[in-house]
Amino acid sequence: MKHTLQQVFHSGKFVTGFSIFVAILLIVIIYPLIITDPPLRIIGQGTFFEPGIYVNVYDSISSPHYTLNLDDAAAKRIASKLGEDDRIAIKDWLVAVGIPESEIDTTDTAKLLDQWVNNYDPATRISGMTNATRNYYIRLNNSLKGLLSTDGVSIAVANPETAVLEETSTIVQSDYVNVNQVANVRVLPLGTDNFGRDVLTELVEATRVSLQIGFVAGVIATLIGLTLGLLSGYVGGFVDDIIMFITNLFTVIPSFVLLILISFSIGQDRRGPVTIAIVIGFTSWVWTTRAVRSQVISLRNRDHVNLSKLSGHSLVHIIVTDIFPYIASYVVMALILQISSGILVEAGLSILGLGPRTTDVPTLGLMMNWAMIYQAHILGKWWAYFPVIVTIALIAFSMNLMNTGLDQVFNPALRD
Amino acid sequence: MSNVMLEVRELTTKYITRFRENIYAVDHVSLKVEEGKSLGIAGESGCGKSTLALSLMGYYFPPLHYTSGEIIIDGHNISGMNPDDVRRSILGTEIAYIPQAAMNALNPTQKIINFIEDVIEAHNPVATKKEIFDIAKGLFEALGLPVDVLQKYPVELSGGMKQRTVIAISVILSPQVLIADEPSSALDVTSQKMVIKMLRNLMDKGYIKAMIFITHELPLLYNVTDDIMVMYAGQIVEKASSKDAVFDPLHPYSKGLMGSIIVPESGLRNVKLTAIPGVPPNLKKPPSGCRFAARCKYVRPECKTLSIPLREVAGGRTYRCILSEEELRELYAWEARKKNE
Amino acid sequence: MSSEKKLCLSGSGVTKVFGFGRNTTLAVDHVDFNFYEGEIISIVGESGSGKTTLAKMLLGLINPTEGEIYFQGEKRDISTHRKKKEYWKSIQAIFQDPFSSYNIFNKIDTVLLDCIRMRGGGKLPYEQKVEMMTEACSFVNLKFEELTNKYPFELSGGQQQRLMIARIFLLKPKILLADEPTSMIDACSRATILDMLMQLRDEIGMTPIFITHDIGLAYYVSDSVYIMERGKFVESGSADDVILHPKEPYTRRLISDVPKIYEEWDLSTV
Repeated sequence: MKHTLQQVFHSGKFVTGFSIFVAILLIVIIYPLIITDPPLRIIGQGTFFEPGIYVNVYDSISSPHYTLNLDDAAAKRIASKLGEDDRIAIKDWLVAVGIPESEIDTTDTAKLLDQWVNNYDPATRISGMTNATRNYYIRLNNSLKGLLSTDGVSIAVANPETAVLEETSTIVQSDYVNVNQVANVRVLPLGTDNFGRDVLTELVEATRVSLQIGFVAGVIATLIGLTLGLLSGYVGGFVDDIIMFITNLFTVIPSFVLLILISFSIGQDRRGPVTIAIVIGFTSWVWTTRAVRSQVISLRNRDHVNLSKLSGHSLVHIIVTDIFPYIASYVVMALILQISSGILVEAGLSILGLGPRTTDVPTLGLMMNWAMIYQAHILGKWWAYFPVIVTIALIAFSMNLMNTGLDQVFNPALRD
Repeated sequence: MSNVMLEVRELTTKYITRFRENIYAVDHVSLKVEEGKSLGIAGESGCGKSTLALSLMGYYFPPLHYTSGEIIIDGHNISGMNPDDVRRSILGTEIAYIPQAAMNALNPTQKIINFIEDVIEAHNPVATKKEIFDIAKGLFEALGLPVDVLQKYPVELSGGMKQRTVIAISVILSPQVLIADEPSSALDVTSQKMVIKMLRNLMDKGYIKAMIFITHELPLLYNVTDDIMVMYAGQIVEKASSKDAVFDPLHPYSKGLMGSIIVPESGLRNVKLTAIPGVPPNLKKPPSGCRFAARCKYVRPECKTLSIPLREVAGGRTYRCILSEEELRELYAWEARKKNE
Repeated sequence: MSSEKKLCLSGSGVTKVFGFGRNTTLAVDHVDFNFYEGEIISIVGESGSGKTTLAKMLLGLINPTEGEIYFQGEKRDISTHRKKKEYWKSIQAIFQDPFSSYNIFNKIDTVLLDCIRMRGGGKLPYEQKVEMMTEACSFVNLKFEELTNKYPFELSGGQQQRLMIARIFLLKPKILLADEPTSMIDACSRATILDMLMQLRDEIGMTPIFITHDIGLAYYVSDSVYIMERGKFVESGSADDVILHPKEPYTRRLISDVPKIYEEWDLSTV
């Protein structure tokens, strides 16, 4: 036993898969201890906030201000405001008024603005220019004027008695706050979803729930499969015929269709994650049964089983001590695959809207479903679905790696 | 002086295990097979018989590694050659190999004639199908195999017929030397006899010039080969003519082996068999001195320390023991007297 | 003389058919036999002759399709687990492949303790059990102290087969079915195994039945020989009669196909 475990942990594939899986598990366990927010609390008003660090503006004003004289601050500010389209429009104007194209560099913000200020005149009429375009240039010029100003911003508060705005402080362009001193900063590494919920927190919770669903489904499927397979293979005869009849019946009915029908008939209200897990478990035991049965049939004619019979052992004793240990490694592998397929099946069901009801807990499949319904993929809000896909892929990948690794240890013919 | 078809000088080969341990499965083995002669190799399982067979063919694929010594097949020295080159240029044309499970190596989706086409076309790309069929037909007829086998699939043939077919295919390029490693052990006695008859036929009709036959079944070896070489723990312990090896063995290990022969012949019922206690040594750490010392009835203190060379005695026999021929014979005679009392 | 001999196992019309409908195979075809106590019996047949099926029926591992098996002159009744257990106290087996005869997850102690339990010694103090196991192991030249807490696969094939004999030593059955007990082990260990089986026979007075394809072995060990071909006994009688003076063509062929060393081996007959 110890030796086998040693061998298992010498297999590179298994160790890689195991490490990924343990890492996912650790994140799922540790993350909620650090971020204690309820995973489904709606924190953002509006949908799909981009990933980033959110600093409270109000708190920034009242935080201590520091003056930093940085040369490129103004340029950066302008650069962040002046989009690529605007730069090309400016270039077009400049070319139209007769500046040689070789002298214009759209990446050099300072020079570009300089040329703009010197050459722009709203009165100039350029032939072929529509009124709309002209107005655009006027708007652009006004906004650039604001950018180029070196004045600060006044903060004024309305006096409750006189209703007159009274200036309380001025913020100049070289004022900085230390983020650490701002009372409210929220990091949203994966932004928010369509409901304004923190995607990362939600994702961690969804992973936990999905793993639970996979585990429950896998254990149920494996237990049913193992019991039926052992009975069918070892007892044989009439019992075998009946079990194989049921198994064949379940084989020819596509299990996903069955799953959809059952999920649908249970109804939205009673569809919790556990229910879904049980439903998945009860529809995916078929191939475990068949595999276990064939293994048991080849084992039951081995001499050690005959010898055990001759030693007067009972049926249960023989199944438990003489048959089961031989297929245990196989069953572990089947369990791993069942768990991984349970997670995938849940995702599939949920995308179709047949997963657990949506108000209590997230699952990986539900997150995909929400992202899909709110058209995250069309709007380019990748953070709402891409991390979910990566998580599903990582879980399935790690489990399949573990399975292949185990297979190579237990089946020497596959070793390279 | 007849031609030497296969000569091996001080060949040593080793297995390297996963834990980087060296196991010298063939340890300074020298042998010579002359034209028209056959050599049998006997010994318990794990004494290096099959490894020797692979080593003779230059079949050095990990974990088996060549260490030292020379292998000369019909004048070609193949020691140290790249195993892939050996496979391309030597196997089939110079030396042929038949393992125990050879019959299971046939691809079930191909007819027998297809295998023969593959083999011949690999060495003679211009041969037409008709020519190949004629060659195959001639060979099968000469060997007493039904010609219609050529058009059959392997599954349509019995185990014995498959094995004989494989042997026929392996000699189609007329190799000089045939190495047969337990070619009949998986077969029933009747098929076994047919395989043996066929091997003898190959020798008599000159399809092969020399044969090495490996088995642990001594009555079989006695009936097939001219000489018998007994191996123990990777070393040769005795080499003699078949008759001498079976009826007058010198080395205590050979004596033990020969004493355990059971044949259904009159007078052999309830004869006390000799048993050799214990198991062969672990070749990861071979014992110093005589490797058989731990199991030998006649062991002396110096056996465990002195390294024992092969002795050559009259009649071209060799054996590896500290005791002289006379001393051994005396011991055996005394033993026999004691048993009769 | 024959009146003194006690029947230990006999059968009439014992038949086993595998499969249903059109795909039936007649593995054992109406065989009759009388095995007497104290005799050494060999059933010789090539692979596919039905000898292993017959052995399993004798052991009660599978039920005959037709015919009756009599144990000590009385009709054998193994209809319940309890009765089977009782029967198996009298009849035991050694199988061909020692490597597949052991449960690789059980230690050697488990194998031997099972035997003591079966003989009704389950409640004995542990020291006494150890004593019994030590005795059994020393009978087959193994040292229990070296074996305890080891797994069967740590032993060589010969040692494993000897441990099987130690098991029989503890069980002391009346009949021992040895199904090719030496075919998977080396020739020189074979002598040891056969010696021990014979010694055990003298020690506990059991009746050994050898199931084998090796006619040399059958001749060497047995008193009566049964030659089996395609589910039927084609020839039976004392070993000398059957092997040295075979009457049936099948027996003759079988014997002529075995390589000889004292007589000329005639290769022309195939």
